Amino acid sequence: MVGPKETQQPNGFSRRSFIQGVSVGSGAAGALLATPEAKAAGGDVVGPGAVSMTLRINGRNHSLEAEPRVTLLDALRDRLDMTGAKKVCDRATCGACTVMVDGQAVYACTMLAIEAEGREIRTIESLSANDPVPRNFVKHDAQQCGFCTPGFVMACQSFLENNPNPSQADVEAGLSGNICRCGTYVGVRLAALDAAKEVKGGRRRGY
Amino acid sequence: MEAFEYAAPNSVKEAVGLLSSNWGEADVLAGGTDLLSLLKEGVHTPKRVVSLKNVSGLKGVSASRIGATATIAELLGNSSVPAAVRQAAEGITSPQMRAMGTVGGELLQRPRCWYFRNGYGLLGKDAKGKSLAPNGENQYHAILGNKGPAYFVSASSLAPALIALEATVTVTGPDGEDEMPLEKLFQTPSSDSQRENTLQPNQVLTGINLPGGGARSATYEVRQRQLMDWPLASASVALKMSGDTVESARVVLGHVAPTPWRSSDAERALAGKAVSEDTAMAAAKAALSAATPLSRNKHKVQLARVAVKRAILQAAG
Repeated sequence: MVGPKETQQPNGFSRRSFIQGVSVGSGAAGALLATPEAKAAGGDVVGPGAVSMTLRINGRNHSLEAEPRVTLLDALRDRLDMTGAKKVCDRATCGACTVMVDGQAVYACTMLAIEAEGREIRTIESLSANDPVPRNFVKHDAQQCGFCTPGFVMACQSFLENNPNPSQADVEAGLSGNICRCGTYVGVRLAALDAAKEVKGGRRRGY
Repeated sequence: MEAFEYAAPNSVKEAVGLLSSNWGEADVLAGGTDLLSLLKEGVHTPKRVVSLKNVSGLKGVSASRIGATATIAELLGNSSVPAAVRQAAEGITSPQMRAMGTVGGELLQRPRCWYFRNGYGLLGKDAKGKSLAPNGENQYHAILGNKGPAYFVSASSLAPALIALEATVTVTGPDGEDEMPLEKLFQTPSSDSQRENTLQPNQVLTGINLPGGGARSATYEVRQRQLMDWPLASASVALKMSGDTVESARVVLGHVAPTPWRSSDAERALAGKAVSEDTAMAAAKAALSAATPLSRNKHKVQLARVAVKRAILQAAG
């Protein structure tokens, strides 16, 4: 699993911030340059320029400025350097961007970041390799290229917290919102069933 | 995605005030599962998006009322929801979509027609105004109510079930609140200026009322894929029984016409009869007797018959 420490190199430089720097440098002329406004309270209209917002992710508050059109997935990946959730279809169809919001698996590509304000967001970065779901994914070789894996792990984490003691049919239905192009479904199923023995009764990690 | 203004008002009244009296200028955001795709594809390019997330009065599910922003997962979490509605909700794409998507948004999702989704407008016309569906890729298009200019199918899975159960909806606009049968929320557009529903651009769907009444109900969906997709055809049935005899029936088909398609022919075929394979089949045939399939969707006629027959048998169970 990608831990929070791996996204930021010791010298404070990450691949992501490098790419961001390049794209901001080349695209700034065409960007909307509105000054950040107060966040939407009541019926106040904000945007279309950048808006100050605070997202609570993995138990910590993160402040950022983003246009209302920025999705939660883009905010996580491009603004907050949490690149665990992957952007694949960007149309709520593949599951690679799955994160948990208020304890439920959702597609981060299909929620506006500003809509996620005030909610508990939990990403793959909250899990370590020793947690039951990631450990059992490794044990059962439940990945091949690995690109769908973070989404599958979060879908699995959410499913098991909300459905203790699932049957195989429950697992298949519960993880049906994620697609693996390599076809590792057999391993994912076994990993979920094994992890279920350890993630019981809606237990929540303390982040 | 084009940039837009955003507001998250605390009341329906405020939300209505933030909307526009013209289509296309503002969009209502509930779960976002349809709207964000429309925005990303540039099918909708509103100047403003009005979120309902802070409007607390629109949430919640009870036996008699479903809030417009109750999620599909919340709907499924309530054991008093009638069978036909539950079975339709269970078929809705994926766990993530059921956690995000709302009941109101499910009813008002735009058609899945690929001509519409690819920028050819709701009526799917080319630059010269010629309809693309009748002789095009119409395998998923309408087989009923498709005399033109609309050929898409209504995308809602919940609407047929709720209409079978005689649900009404409440909508709020500048002139206050209205209540109407859910059937009246849908229309077949006859021109580019109309949508597939009868809402005004500054009206908000606030909730769905279920009258109860103890009908036995069921929904049966015929699908290409069991998950992550919309049905090819569906039928929802509500039967009021007197002993073994059907006193009255409501039969509503989904995904076969530009609106949820109520079949009074099928309802008449069931009234006063005991439910058997034969009466269910007769009602199914009656429901599709007026079907006018397009060049590539004749198969949907039989799929819809199967859906009607099996929904009837399941409801009578």
